[in-house]
Amino acid sequence: MSNTPSNLQYAKSDEWFDPATGKVGISDYAQGQLSDIVFMEITVGVGDDIEAGQAIASVESVKAASDVMSPVSGKVVAINEDLANAPENINSDPYGEAWFIQIEGGDGSGMMDAAAYEKYCEERAH
Amino acid sequence: MTEPTIFDLSSPGRTGVTFPKPDVPHFDLPDESLLRDDLPLPEVAEVDVVRHYMALSKYNYSVDGGFYPLGSCTMKYNPKINEDTCRLPGFLFTHPLQPIETVQGNLLLMYQMQEWLKEISGFAAVTLQPAAGAHGEFCGVLMMRAYHKARGDDKRIKMLIPDAAHGTNPASAGMLGMTVKVIPSDARGNVDLDALRAECDDTVVGMMLTNPNTLGLFDENIEEVVKLVRNCGGLMYGDGANLNALLGIVRPGDLGFDVMHFNLHKTFAVPHGGGGPGSGPVGVSERLADFLPAPLVGILEDGEEDIPPLYGFVTPKHSIGRMKSFHGHFGGGLVRAYTYIAMHGPDGLRDISNYAVLNANYLAARLRGTFKIPFDRICMHEFVMEGRVEGSDVRALDISKRLMDYNFHPPTNYFPLIVREALMIEPTETENKDTLDRFADALIKIAGEAKADPDLVKTAPHTTPFGRMDEVRAARELVLCCWLPEGYDSEQ
Repeated sequence: MSNTPSNLQYAKSDEWFDPATGKVGISDYAQGQLSDIVFMEITVGVGDDIEAGQAIASVESVKAASDVMSPVSGKVVAINEDLANAPENINSDPYGEAWFIQIEGGDGSGMMDAAAYEKYCEERAH
Repeated sequence: MTEPTIFDLSSPGRTGVTFPKPDVPHFDLPDESLLRDDLPLPEVAEVDVVRHYMALSKYNYSVDGGFYPLGSCTMKYNPKINEDTCRLPGFLFTHPLQPIETVQGNLLLMYQMQEWLKEISGFAAVTLQPAAGAHGEFCGVLMMRAYHKARGDDKRIKMLIPDAAHGTNPASAGMLGMTVKVIPSDARGNVDLDALRAECDDTVVGMMLTNPNTLGLFDENIEEVVKLVRNCGGLMYGDGANLNALLGIVRPGDLGFDVMHFNLHKTFAVPHGGGGPGSGPVGVSERLADFLPAPLVGILEDGEEDIPPLYGFVTPKHSIGRMKSFHGHFGGGLVRAYTYIAMHGPDGLRDISNYAVLNANYLAARLRGTFKIPFDRICMHEFVMEGRVEGSDVRALDISKRLMDYNFHPPTNYFPLIVREALMIEPTETENKDTLDRFADALIKIAGEAKADPDLVKTAPHTTPFGRMDEVRAARELVLCCWLPEGYDSEQ
């Protein structure tokens, strides 16, 4: 069973957004599906204005390469520079060490809450 | 069990080849530093080299050794007569810069190949230049861009690509600076028409579509898809990777495609795997014919009753230029593929596709009760199933590794991305029912093992020279070398 913290909002494309800090990352369910992550790259920079749905990073596991989308629109105020050197943190600590970027002015109210996201993950398991 | 490296076998002073005394005058190098004596070249005898590489080659698994159902790769058996023809002295000992009068046989083969590929695909013209499939895609997208540019239409920047596409499609469009718009698949595995309609506007370069797609499904709305893209002024690109399903049955040119690459190394039995050699000719409709790469093979002077025509090189009016030095992979790709097409003839080519489709559907039917096949309908030359078993936590990768213990090459893993734990299986037409049954039996047995003894599957393979590889470490630590050049910083 995946870990789904209740203080976060979730996107259909499996990113999380923290309304309190503006941080964005990928969910525990997503990292489990990707399996061991071997490479990641953030493709936006501090100061960029980004749109919801825009690709902000790419993640490569032993299975697949995927884009990570921003779940909200806003301005990038910080990126996690350390993550590229330790992409395994996405597997071990997806909600902590492995935040991708921090966004100012993001509105996550249209996203799923933890309960809805858990249900969404469960539906996809069958 | 490990095989030492060729460096481990080295012993100072041992030699493989003794050079004769030089019969040319001695010459001092202008710059002595061009010769390095610090390179640790192995010192071994000829027999050491032969036995070392012979031992390594025995670890290899090839289509000559067993069933190789690697989805979307069409690992069919390659008839050995192709090896004879491509070694005929007239092909083997010619040079691409020879005067055309002295290589008329080679040019005739290329001309005929262009004509045959036109007939097979329904296109107006064909280039043989591209070196392989992705190179053909790049060539095709270059022509699409050139076409719009020539009409003075500069605002087209968007390439539409379904989520079932081969990864090379977005890469080819991306390399030319285009914006890729991913079009989702619908519940039946077709292009989602509403999603496509929403993206069709006057910024569309075109659409890159594989049909049958990577789920092995023929798009049921293909005519509507083509119409939508054409109506907004876009061009249709066909990824010919799955052409093995269509020979003699459907012609992409007739469906309204404007451009498509062929993978001669897949469809027409040129050996591949291990990186080459590929061959990726590209066919185009009338609207793109003037943009083809140069040169093409054409008839320079018509023949008469007893005199054959003079074949030579011609340049299309608005050619995008050369895609490759010389004339494509002539001996490696074109001669083999020519032989294969000539050996089969029109009816034989149709049989290839009929049997490829029959084999895939037979395997799917045998496995349907054991594994889940999403988008489950009559498939074409391949199908995709979920590599997991209810009540077990084994994954597609584990099942693939366990298949090696049964002496089968694993299918394609984890592609397409729209299927969970995807195993993409393409048996090809060259396998008989006994082989298909043995493969299905093995998979059904593995499904049983996954429940009864999951660790057996998760730690497979057990019978290969090496067991489970550490794929994470292999992807993260990119330094393989036992010896690093001076000054090389592995931390960089």
